[in-house]
Amino acid sequence: MNTYKFSTLVIITLFSSLFIACSSDDDAPVPVNEEELITTVTVTLTPTGGGTAITLESSDLDGDGPNDPVITVSGDLAAMTTYNGAVVLLNETVTPADNITSEVQAEAEEHQFFYTTNASLDLTTSNYDLDANMNPLGITFDLTTGAASTGTFTVTLRHEPTKPNTGLADAGGETDISSTFTVTVQ
Amino acid sequence: MRKYIYILLLCSGLFAKAQENCNFTLTGKVIDLHDDSVLPGATLIIAGFEKVTQSSIDGTFAFTKLCEGTYSIQISHPNCATQAFKVKVSGNTEKNFRLEHHLEELNAITLNASIYGRKTKTNFEQKITEKQLDRYSNGSLGDILNTLSGVSSLNTGNAVVKPIINGVHSSRIVVMNNGVRMEDQEWGAEHAPSVDVNAIGNITLIKGAGSLKYSGDAVGGIIITEASKIPVKDTIYGKTLMSAATNGRGGILTSTLTKSYQNGWYGSVQGTLKRYGDYEAPDYVLSNTGVFGRNIAARIGINRFDYGVEAYYSFFKNEIGILSASHIGGASDQVRAINSGIPLIIRDFTYKIDAPKQDVTHHLFKIRGFKNFKKLGKISFQYDFQQNNRLEFDVRRGDDTDNASLDLTLNSHTIRLDLDTNNTDLFNLKTGLMTQYQENIANPNTGVRRLIPDYERINVGIYGIADISINENWLVEFGGRFDYIHIDAQKFYRTSFWEDRNYDELIPDIIVEEFGNQILTNPKLNFSNASATLGIRYTFNDQYKLFANYSLVSRAPNPSELFSEGLHHSASRIELGDVRFNSEIAHKVSLTLQKKGTVFGFSINPYINLINDFMIIEPTEIQQTIRGNFQVWEYRQTDARLLGVDIDASLVFTKNLNFFHQFSMVKGYDRTLDLPLIDIPPVNITNGLVYQNSNFKNFRFEVKSEYTFRQNEFPDNNFEVFIPETNTQELVDVSTSPDAYHLLHLNSSADFKLSKTSMLNVGVSVSNIFNTNYRNYLNRVRYYADDLGRNFSINLKITY
Repeated sequence: MNTYKFSTLVIITLFSSLFIACSSDDDAPVPVNEEELITTVTVTLTPTGGGTAITLESSDLDGDGPNDPVITVSGDLAAMTTYNGAVVLLNETVTPADNITSEVQAEAEEHQFFYTTNASLDLTTSNYDLDANMNPLGITFDLTTGAASTGTFTVTLRHEPTKPNTGLADAGGETDISSTFTVTVQ
Repeated sequence: MRKYIYILLLCSGLFAKAQENCNFTLTGKVIDLHDDSVLPGATLIIAGFEKVTQSSIDGTFAFTKLCEGTYSIQISHPNCATQAFKVKVSGNTEKNFRLEHHLEELNAITLNASIYGRKTKTNFEQKITEKQLDRYSNGSLGDILNTLSGVSSLNTGNAVVKPIINGVHSSRIVVMNNGVRMEDQEWGAEHAPSVDVNAIGNITLIKGAGSLKYSGDAVGGIIITEASKIPVKDTIYGKTLMSAATNGRGGILTSTLTKSYQNGWYGSVQGTLKRYGDYEAPDYVLSNTGVFGRNIAARIGINRFDYGVEAYYSFFKNEIGILSASHIGGASDQVRAINSGIPLIIRDFTYKIDAPKQDVTHHLFKIRGFKNFKKLGKISFQYDFQQNNRLEFDVRRGDDTDNASLDLTLNSHTIRLDLDTNNTDLFNLKTGLMTQYQENIANPNTGVRRLIPDYERINVGIYGIADISINENWLVEFGGRFDYIHIDAQKFYRTSFWEDRNYDELIPDIIVEEFGNQILTNPKLNFSNASATLGIRYTFNDQYKLFANYSLVSRAPNPSELFSEGLHHSASRIELGDVRFNSEIAHKVSLTLQKKGTVFGFSINPYINLINDFMIIEPTEIQQTIRGNFQVWEYRQTDARLLGVDIDASLVFTKNLNFFHQFSMVKGYDRTLDLPLIDIPPVNITNGLVYQNSNFKNFRFEVKSEYTFRQNEFPDNNFEVFIPETNTQELVDVSTSPDAYHLLHLNSSADFKLSKTSMLNVGVSVSNIFNTNYRNYLNRVRYYADDLGRNFSINLKITY
């Protein structure tokens, strides 16, 4: 190989790489809508004896963005009353909104909802719906109130928890939802 | 072949006419053609005149009493193919000869390879040879560099190992792999270099900006890996290495085959397969920490005395499992995971690698040519193309279970043109141009917002470095470099974040389009960076040398620092960059006193690194989301100061027994807040004893002790979080450093000759002999699990 060949090679390579460099296009990228994002958790509590349903809703339309979730509680619960509870998860960044509850339902064995209260709030949850292994799933449940009180009610969804378990403390897994509502029983 | 050279020499020698004045001298040096190191002990014969001399320790030689005329000189050296040169002598003549210094690579037991080329002349450099590399064939680049003083690593588990040099890491460290600057998304704290250690011939570490030839932004240092040299002779040789280890129950298989010809042509292929299952801590399996690595590399080229061309291609693929227990969904999970003391997920050993995991693919193609011009020097040209694809898989739901959460492809094209005027020893100039085009493509089909946006980046750099030998003792080196960087990005911001940051008032002009709750913007950023070095080397005598170096380094912000905006699952935190950042500028002063000796040798290297507009990520607040609370970590710019010292020492007791010692300490402070910096390596001390007997199978036995102190200086980033199951506020301790620990390792090896040309090297080693439980401050999964337990490994290396 002589100098001439060498410089030819250099020139060819230079040009070919410039060609590659210039061939990029400036097409605008498409926005990505988060597929698994849960923006809204709604717990609907319907009194078994009839009456107005109470909804607890936490909505965070910007996901992990700086805005805090907006928490709304439609009203107070009645004392000494049993409610049928159901939770719905939505992704409202897309239209129509995605119902994430059905995805959870489809993977019931890998999910579980937990409902916890602080000491001052007098209510209990029970009778959770079950997965195929007859372990609690918790999309639907019963809520029974005791005496008049005020406190926090937290809805937690764990992905890949240890099943069965005795509660949040030994459930493990990864938290997908953790929404706390201030609830009053009258 | 040698016979022909003699005949040629004899014939040409006859034409050298005798003149009347026969009192001239011919002096010069014998130099390695490739790296400009001197070659002592070369034999020079003037054909037909029976004049013989040898080059001295500094490579110089002298012939006296020569007449005017043309002479043929034959030069031979134990490690080089014998070559003949023609020299015209008229008056006292000075002439340097360049030889192909190669052959030692052929035979593993030839001379101790102490003759290495220097990358810079006034920076103290540390080397890792091929032999040392072979002992770490089952490790990563970070593991190997970790054995040098002043280098530690930022780990994510035990397979993702990022080097930290003098306290800084990621984009502040440049990896030059075989002449190519690695563009492998090194901005990420859990992105390890995409380099297979088995494809490397040797490693040079320059702590500091060192050689501006390679880059102007190496705030921490430069890691230079080079392929083994190939001799210019007709030969074929190879190396196959097998390693098996108990911890991880896996091993590696790597093989290299090289063919070369006397006419300069050569070719080499190399391949590595690496497979490990779950690694184990002393008390439990570290579930989902397996590794599956594959690498192939091939090169072909021609290497002649005054020109050469080489084409190189390598393919690197590494699938790395991330500890299952480290994948957590928010601050309350973090409290559980930290307080548990053991990983929350411990399963039986398996080779299976599940989510969370990384799957990184790196293609590297390069073509390089050089030509030596007598008057000008050596001109080299290089084009390289790299494609780095990074897939990160999280634990996901539904249709997305097998879909990567992060899918980034970074394409880089780089052209380099360099001139090295290695004409005289007194003044040497290196200069060159570099231009790079880069394109990052974030796959939108992940179903997760882009962590790093699509962008194009253009970098143009120009540099010049000169060194002058003032006299025998003093050498001065100075250099400058200018880089222009242009970034053109297509970034989607969350509208809420855009407004929260006041970007809608500060930089409204970059908006392209609004989509519901997202805004597409087109930031176009320009950075003009200047870098400079000034260094001196003072040689007291044969034993003592002093290196002093000042460097000014400018580093443009990386994509992560500019554009991060969202939840980083592997860290369980929300990370936010800032598009308004300017370049950080570091001033580093480094001193090294080196003593070389046959009995006692040492080097001591204090340094100070003052970094203005240092980009740092640190916690600012707690963000409430529907998934619970997350800590928000925001990048900000501050002024930092890093102060440290690295010490190496060695003492030879007897011919066969020697002792070595390493000490590294670095202190890092945020000067604005007057607080310690996060992730600064704790003080560590390494001591070792090596017994080596070259008369008995080259038997080698090494005991090494590593003591790592507790890091007592760290910023307090702890925060409180509400725990629904207990209805309490709990402290999340993400700051406190783990306790000090001491590890002991054994390593031994012996050579067995299989035939005239082949040899078997058997190595046995044990690391963490006492199965000590420990946690490493610089391991990102330290909150959740102990580090590796005891490991037995066996190495079989056949060279043929």
